[in-house]
Amino acid sequence: MTVDATVGAAALVLGDDALVLSHRLGEWAGHAPVLEEEVALANIALDLLGQARVLLSMVGDEDELAYLREERAFRNLQLVEQPNGDFAHTIVRQLFFSTYQHLLHAELAAGDGPFAPLAAKAVKEVAYHRDHAEQWTLRLGDGTEESHERMRRACEALWRFTGEMFQPVAGVDVDGERLESVWLTSVGEILRRATLTVPEGPRTGAWRAGAGRQGLHTESFGRMLAEMQHLHRSHPGASW
Amino acid sequence: MATAAAHQTASTQEYGAQGAVGDTTAYESAFDAAVAADERIEPRDWMPDAYRATLVRQIAQHAHSEIIGMQPEANWITRAPSLRRKAILMAKVQDEAGHGLYLYSAAETLGTSREELLDKLHSGRQKYSSIFNYPTLTWADVGAIGWLVDGAAITNQVPLCRCSYGPYARAMVRVCKEESFHQRQGYELLLALSQGTPEQHAMAQDAVDRWWWPSLMMFGPPDDESAHSAQSMAWKIKRHSNDELRQRFVDICVPQAESLGLTLPDPDLRWNEERGQHDFGPIDWTEFRDVLKGNGPCNEQRITQRRRAHEEGAWVREAAAAHAARHTGETGATRA
Repeated sequence: MTVDATVGAAALVLGDDALVLSHRLGEWAGHAPVLEEEVALANIALDLLGQARVLLSMVGDEDELAYLREERAFRNLQLVEQPNGDFAHTIVRQLFFSTYQHLLHAELAAGDGPFAPLAAKAVKEVAYHRDHAEQWTLRLGDGTEESHERMRRACEALWRFTGEMFQPVAGVDVDGERLESVWLTSVGEILRRATLTVPEGPRTGAWRAGAGRQGLHTESFGRMLAEMQHLHRSHPGASW
Repeated sequence: MATAAAHQTASTQEYGAQGAVGDTTAYESAFDAAVAADERIEPRDWMPDAYRATLVRQIAQHAHSEIIGMQPEANWITRAPSLRRKAILMAKVQDEAGHGLYLYSAAETLGTSREELLDKLHSGRQKYSSIFNYPTLTWADVGAIGWLVDGAAITNQVPLCRCSYGPYARAMVRVCKEESFHQRQGYELLLALSQGTPEQHAMAQDAVDRWWWPSLMMFGPPDDESAHSAQSMAWKIKRHSNDELRQRFVDICVPQAESLGLTLPDPDLRWNEERGQHDFGPIDWTEFRDVLKGNGPCNEQRITQRRRAHEEGAWVREAAAAHAARHTGETGATRA
């Protein structure tokens, strides 16, 4: 399937988010705090990878796009490329992203644009991801002193990457401002129930956080791609 | 539930006071009769202490193998060379965690707990399959594990679907379905490599060369050195001897290797017309014993990673428990 240039660029934006976060979650395999989380994190990673494959295939060959683009050509949010850190860090990243992704896909699914069919399927998966992140936010925020402190630090560290989600993307037909206000209310409510506070730091701005959509990424991203792409790049033209 | 009258007597007796010696003998003959009649022993049934202990040991070791077995494959998730292969591999590693969960549950029906079993794994008091102490050095190893390691596991596990202990047998039915799917995926991965570029073919051959003998060791020591075999077969936990299963596996693999266009690294491997089976070369039992003793290539690394995941996750489990204690019923919190 070929799509026009604007839709293609938008598919790349949405596809890269899913691809990169899926990769980060894949790094948890064999390291999760309980077996149930081995299953859950892999499950979420697989859902995201499935979404990424559909989106990248709208643009071209999924493997060429995943394995042969360089860092500056990726359009994912800086939020999703952030290293896993501890479990709290991963959960806060999941909370921020899955809340956004759920709102986004619900809106796309309700419209009649080129992403509506994909969003209709994805919104069901993402509702589960969001529920998973919310439940863990409540458990960890309102768990022990240590878990609360780890969640507080993770919220502070990741907050600066959240503004980027609501910047307009050509071809993605949603009202970013409205999405942002619903997101802020929703995440704020969960953090409050988890006895955490909404961080006060900037969400974007002078500091270049929020440039992922233009192909400007954080330092760890290049290393992530080096690992992800090395085998594919070592065998040019091979099929697997 | 078993139906033999004698067996029901034994089940009922379980609720009474600890039986005298004479009663125990009655329970024992009821148990023996149930096993002889190919009935399933269920958690509430009386069973000999040694039967219970053997099952706990075997099911726990099986569960541990699923959990440790995630590591060599997870090692390649972030480097899988195509998105399709990456999805297949992630799904497989996820299935393994799921198999670990079924098996710990089956073991718990015998009166132990997952926590206790994990503790025994972490402290080296319980083992896992020796095969997972070998490293995955190339992408082709993921295929070799699917084809050979899962293939050997299936050969071992299919008979366990008829094991005398009900919860274990039922877990095996589910596990075997998924394992045979993994095995076909591994074969297909190797086939793609074997038919690919010369470099890919060489990668596939090298992986098969390294995984063949360790896979044959998965069936355990030869029959005349297998400590638990005779008793396990009498109890119908095991249905075939180690050597029988190993022979069956070799006979299955030889034609598959041919259709893969790969060779098996055994100069003595040949069809024996008289036996109607393949002859194969001697296994290096010294290596097998070394790996079991903890001196394989990855023993230290595997157990260290498992312990670290558990230790680093302690605060998460404590938080979940603390939250559940305060909010039971409110948020659907899970147990720690």
